[in-house]
Amino acid sequence: MIAFILRRLAVAVPTLLLLIVFSFILMHMAPGGPFTAERALPPQVIANLEAQYGLNDPLWLQIWHYLYNIVVHFDFGPSFVYPDRSVNQLIAAGFPVTLTYGILSFVSAIVLGVSLGVVAAIWHNSWVDYIAVGISIGAQVLPNFVMAPLLVLVLTLWYRLLPGGGWSFSDPSFWIMPVIALATSYMASIARITRSSMLEVLGSNHIRTARAKGMPEYRVIIRHALKPAMLPVISYLGPVFVSMITGSVVIDMYFSTGGIGKAFVDSALNRDYAVMMGVTILVGALTILFNLIVDVLYAWIDPKIRY
Amino acid sequence: MVIDEQKMKSLSTKLVQDEVRGRSPWADARKRFIRNKGAMLGLIILVLVSIFAIIGGYFAVWSNEELDFSVMGQVAQMGQPSFANGHYFGTDNLGRDLFARVVQGTQISLMVGVVGAGIAVIVGTLYGATAGYVGGRTDQIMMRTVDILMSIPYMFVLILLLVMFGRSMSMLFLGIGLISWLDMSRIVRGQTLSLKNREFIEAARATGVPAWKIIIRHIVPNLLGVVAVYATLLVPLMILTESFISFLGLGVQEPLTSWGALISEGAGTMNYGTLWQLAFPLFFFVITLFGFFFVGDGLRDALDPKER
Repeated sequence: MIAFILRRLAVAVPTLLLLIVFSFILMHMAPGGPFTAERALPPQVIANLEAQYGLNDPLWLQIWHYLYNIVVHFDFGPSFVYPDRSVNQLIAAGFPVTLTYGILSFVSAIVLGVSLGVVAAIWHNSWVDYIAVGISIGAQVLPNFVMAPLLVLVLTLWYRLLPGGGWSFSDPSFWIMPVIALATSYMASIARITRSSMLEVLGSNHIRTARAKGMPEYRVIIRHALKPAMLPVISYLGPVFVSMITGSVVIDMYFSTGGIGKAFVDSALNRDYAVMMGVTILVGALTILFNLIVDVLYAWIDPKIRY
Repeated sequence: MVIDEQKMKSLSTKLVQDEVRGRSPWADARKRFIRNKGAMLGLIILVLVSIFAIIGGYFAVWSNEELDFSVMGQVAQMGQPSFANGHYFGTDNLGRDLFARVVQGTQISLMVGVVGAGIAVIVGTLYGATAGYVGGRTDQIMMRTVDILMSIPYMFVLILLLVMFGRSMSMLFLGIGLISWLDMSRIVRGQTLSLKNREFIEAARATGVPAWKIIIRHIVPNLLGVVAVYATLLVPLMILTESFISFLGLGVQEPLTSWGALISEGAGTMNYGTLWQLAFPLFFFVITLFGFFFVGDGLRDALDPKER
């Protein structure tokens, strides 16, 4: 198992380095820079600024400095637009928020999706099944940027139940709408995957054997059906995780929650490349780490996987 | 018991003839698809939406850029959908005709979806078929590259690209095309691996057909079923991607518009009581996604030999 993890890490680290180098070169190639303003600065000022940020060094040296600072000091450098703030500060301000509603959405999408799928599979072709399938098909076409305005419309503008935006760590009423908006469509996909894989497992031989020896149905499902039925769901968790991080951009913009998504879009609009790259690299690292966890989890649950 | 000999004979000849005529797998698939109510409904929706996108513009009284000064400033009272003043879907908060804007948004969103899926089909199929057919170390390197590209948070990279190189339609196509083919190439490679040891490929190789010709003439046509299903499911994903970016204001730019941009506008103005600005684009967005998902599922069921 440890060899397996190490081997996966051996792929993950170069991938991350590649992402950093790629986005750095991209940034270097881009026309216009952070110092291109509508009112042109005197060339001396620009030269000074570029010298200060090290933009005159050869490309490989810049990449090396950037990599070195990230790996050794975990420092993404200064922001190009707000000289008094570093990229680390900007990210650190938003990250706890994103993490809070992100984890809540992730967990609720899995819990609700899996239970909906299992219930639908157990009572296959009954009204419970039809309702579950209906919900999962309906929710599939409601991505976060559709759910967000709809929720605000109904819960804030019509019924005035919840605050329409903002964030507070102490007041969960601010958390509800971001979590629902982010989780809905993934809950639907997870429910669909769970239902079909559960149906397949329930039709397999070992379930028939378990039933034949008189095991009560709930134990058949919990002890024997659930674990193999979870395999497709687990392999879907990686994409869900990525999409949730991506979706947090919409959540941060629409609900003004102030997570890293806001830092990303603001920097995109300001051409603050340093912050954009910082966020991209952070997200890339999280994605790679999470895929590693999923792989390990998969190998642990499915004995057929060779390490 | 008396059996009508004449009738039995006609039945038996009919059975024999039917047996001889046989059923091609495509005819079978078509029959299954037509019997699938959800898929047919989806197809009808898609046809209607496409007709709307193509000829809707001819029915618009106002162009998508004209400002209607008579409703400007009092959109909530006077801009609602009405046939009297020619704003079938009402106006947006600047007094532009929403009908014309929705037609245009539909055109652009559908185009992005179809072009994105088209790029995925061409690049993904050729890449996957080549990797699968050539095999060995080439295959390893090609698929490892895909693995690496897949673990990159593509939405962020796409936005990075759009911001750095300007938000133009071609950049959007390029960016969406860059990411869309990855899944396709994996699926195609898997199929190719199972095809490449079949007799007809062996025969082609034995008669000295060059590898690239085998890929294009013999492998790719046999992949069409899988590719078609996956492409139909890919179109809504591309539409979702584009709408996501446009919702953030980083996608297509004025005067061009798309569903995502229209939904974003509608969502921004809905507390002024102009709900139609959200409702119409959202309606088209949702039914089109439904249509594509249903048709894709229907195609998959129809072409899946396990279903027979």
